[in-house]
Amino acid sequence: MIALKRRRGAAVLAGGVAAFMLLAACSSDSSTEESATEETATEETATEETATEEATADVAAGCEPYAQYLGNEGASVSIFTSILPPEQGLFEQAWSQFESCTGIDIVYEASDQFEAQLPTRIAGGNAPDIAFIPQPGLLAKLVADGGPVPAPEGTVANVDQYWNPAWKTYGTVDGTFYAAPLGSNMKSFVWYSPKVFADKGYTVPTTWDELWALSDQMVADGVKPWCGGLESGGATGWPSTDWLEQIMLRMYGGEVYDKWVNHELLFDSPEVTAAMDVLAGWMKNPEYVNGGFGDVQTLATVGFQDAGAPILAGECGMLQQASFYANFWGNFQEGATVGADGDAFAFYLPAIDDSVAPQPVVGGGEFVTAFADRPEVAAVQAYLASPEFATSKVALGTWVSANSGVPLDAYADGSIDQLSAQYLTDLTGTFRFDASDLMPAAVGAGAMWTQMTAWFAEDKPTAEVLKAIDAAWPAS
Amino acid sequence: MSVEAPEFVILPEPEEGNHGIKEAARRKLSSPWAVLVVAIITILWTIPTVGLLITSFRPAADAQNTGWWTFFRNPAVTFSNYAEVITGGSTTATGIMPYFFNSFAIAIPAAIFPLVLASMAAYAIAWVPFRGAIWIFFGIFALQVVPLQMALLPLLQMFNLGWSIGDIPIFPDLNKPGSNQSLLAGTYIPLWIAHTMFALPLAIFLLHNFMAQLPRDLMEAARVDGAGHFLIFRKIVLPLSIPAIASFAIFQFLWVWNDLLVAITFAGGTPNVAPITSYLASLKGSYGAQLHLTTAGAFIAIIVPLIVFFSLQRFFVRGLLAGSVKG
Repeated sequence: MIALKRRRGAAVLAGGVAAFMLLAACSSDSSTEESATEETATEETATEETATEEATADVAAGCEPYAQYLGNEGASVSIFTSILPPEQGLFEQAWSQFESCTGIDIVYEASDQFEAQLPTRIAGGNAPDIAFIPQPGLLAKLVADGGPVPAPEGTVANVDQYWNPAWKTYGTVDGTFYAAPLGSNMKSFVWYSPKVFADKGYTVPTTWDELWALSDQMVADGVKPWCGGLESGGATGWPSTDWLEQIMLRMYGGEVYDKWVNHELLFDSPEVTAAMDVLAGWMKNPEYVNGGFGDVQTLATVGFQDAGAPILAGECGMLQQASFYANFWGNFQEGATVGADGDAFAFYLPAIDDSVAPQPVVGGGEFVTAFADRPEVAAVQAYLASPEFATSKVALGTWVSANSGVPLDAYADGSIDQLSAQYLTDLTGTFRFDASDLMPAAVGAGAMWTQMTAWFAEDKPTAEVLKAIDAAWPAS
Repeated sequence: MSVEAPEFVILPEPEEGNHGIKEAARRKLSSPWAVLVVAIITILWTIPTVGLLITSFRPAADAQNTGWWTFFRNPAVTFSNYAEVITGGSTTATGIMPYFFNSFAIAIPAAIFPLVLASMAAYAIAWVPFRGAIWIFFGIFALQVVPLQMALLPLLQMFNLGWSIGDIPIFPDLNKPGSNQSLLAGTYIPLWIAHTMFALPLAIFLLHNFMAQLPRDLMEAARVDGAGHFLIFRKIVLPLSIPAIASFAIFQFLWVWNDLLVAITFAGGTPNVAPITSYLASLKGSYGAQLHLTTAGAFIAIIVPLIVFFSLQRFFVRGLLAGSVKG
């Protein structure tokens, strides 16, 4: 009896083990398959040149633009980003033809915990092949810790040819170029209502002086010309850092701006103080601000995503915000259109002095950073930096590339994206990356936000604000 | 001594004093005031969930612009949120289903493995006399204070880069040739191992406390009948420990089902391994503008824990008393 039972027990145990192995086998099935194909892929790349030559000979119809990326069939490249659905789908759609023509499988993975997860994975030996990094500061930190591999030749060639030279410097750490820019956003915009402007007979200002003349005219008409909102949860204050950046770049040009970013020019300096004085006459001017909401102090309590609402109602004239603000107008008024004769549109915040900084533009974007130097990774990297990719992505909408190889008519005609691209792709303009994204997090995502908010909300003296930001700069 | 029908549970006789306390507690807890307090707390705790449920049925624009409470003035119901979450619609290529399956494939083994290991370990510590048993038990108990976050990075390195002390390999380097990806990357295995490891201290502690209270006479009688440790474990201890095992199984299953941190660290967010929590986290969108989808997804994800909890609830309540005096 006992023997029989023991056997039964053993059978149960054996069954359990079998079930476990079955499960393990199921889940590892796909990965063994992948590794098998990958091995063949590496073999193929060993004879890459001959393979490519053969491949170009019989490129499938419609695959001609991808001939240079052939030779990696069956390989897979993982991409890790912070860009979540539904934008994720647009990326996958944009490179689907590349995938089917080259046989490279791009595995896209997005996480809202991107900034925390990426360093963890790199340290854990589980780095993705490619990551889209939105902050040049994070790129520099990753390079210092080891991980990113320098950009391959194809990428370098594309970036040299198609991007404003400033972009390349943001993908470069200690003289080595790592990451090509991908998407971009344009921050030097002023949003307004074309309908209200037409009713009142206002014209869009094209110079700095015209901008203030228009503001004064609005004051004379009994409308506060500017509105804004700094509230953004834990990031409260960030819109004001954009305002200061616009002025810094316009007053002093790119070189001084770079020094400011690197803390070679202190916040508590005559230059920054003068820029703050200009800002005080603009967004801290009680005659100008805060249209539709109240006095200057309300800036701190109005959410940045609500700040544009009074513009549609004609209670406020203008709002300085980035191109992505196009997404918000539909929230204020159902069916609100964004366009040159629609409910809302944007004009370029004019330059102060063209001889100091011709067409200054403050912007942001992501950078394609690779963590593996396999040939298929290099192919994907080069493709993402090419005008072909940017053009197919642009055609899907709500995305801007600073790649000057993208024809402006690839964008929806008269869209805010097209207007953004017009300024971002100008190779002679003064492009600079959002300074607060470049500064150390303790300043760019900390003291600068809180101190600027205090400057507006509590009327904290300018000198104290600037000294406090300097004090927060990490010693190194 | 029969060990054939272990359906009934032999429990110590209830003590009189204990009984009296229980009666008093029951009287106190069923007073009208207590009922009122419980009702208020229940309503307060349910309100956010009701808000989620209502939001999940509201059209996108409504959910975006107005609070869920305005639903009662302006009731507009749509099922398109659920349809989009399930099919993927314009948001994602796959919809929720692969992730749903992944969650099962992760949570079921991750609940079974620690239970198998922990029940055997608990039996050994409780009933197999050997030197140092008490110290091993204290050691395991002490391990509970180690936060699992501390182990994430070393464990990830072990899975991907291997681990060795000096030249002696403890865990092999499983990197695929010519790539920086481990063979384990993109499989459930690291998740199973991680969840099992993180669950073991508490599982062993709970089961040990329960098993140690089983009557010694039972074990001795079985021993006299010629049963070895494995037979005693299988035929006496396991059946008698069902309440504790079931409650821990529920506990562990729910914890793994709701886990996001371990999952995104070891499995990432691709549809072939990532669990439902990872999909939910990505549903809100880059601008946090898809509240209607997140709520619908959350309610799909909630179904399974609800089924598990309600179907096994009686074990859970019994199991909560594991190790305490029963009456």
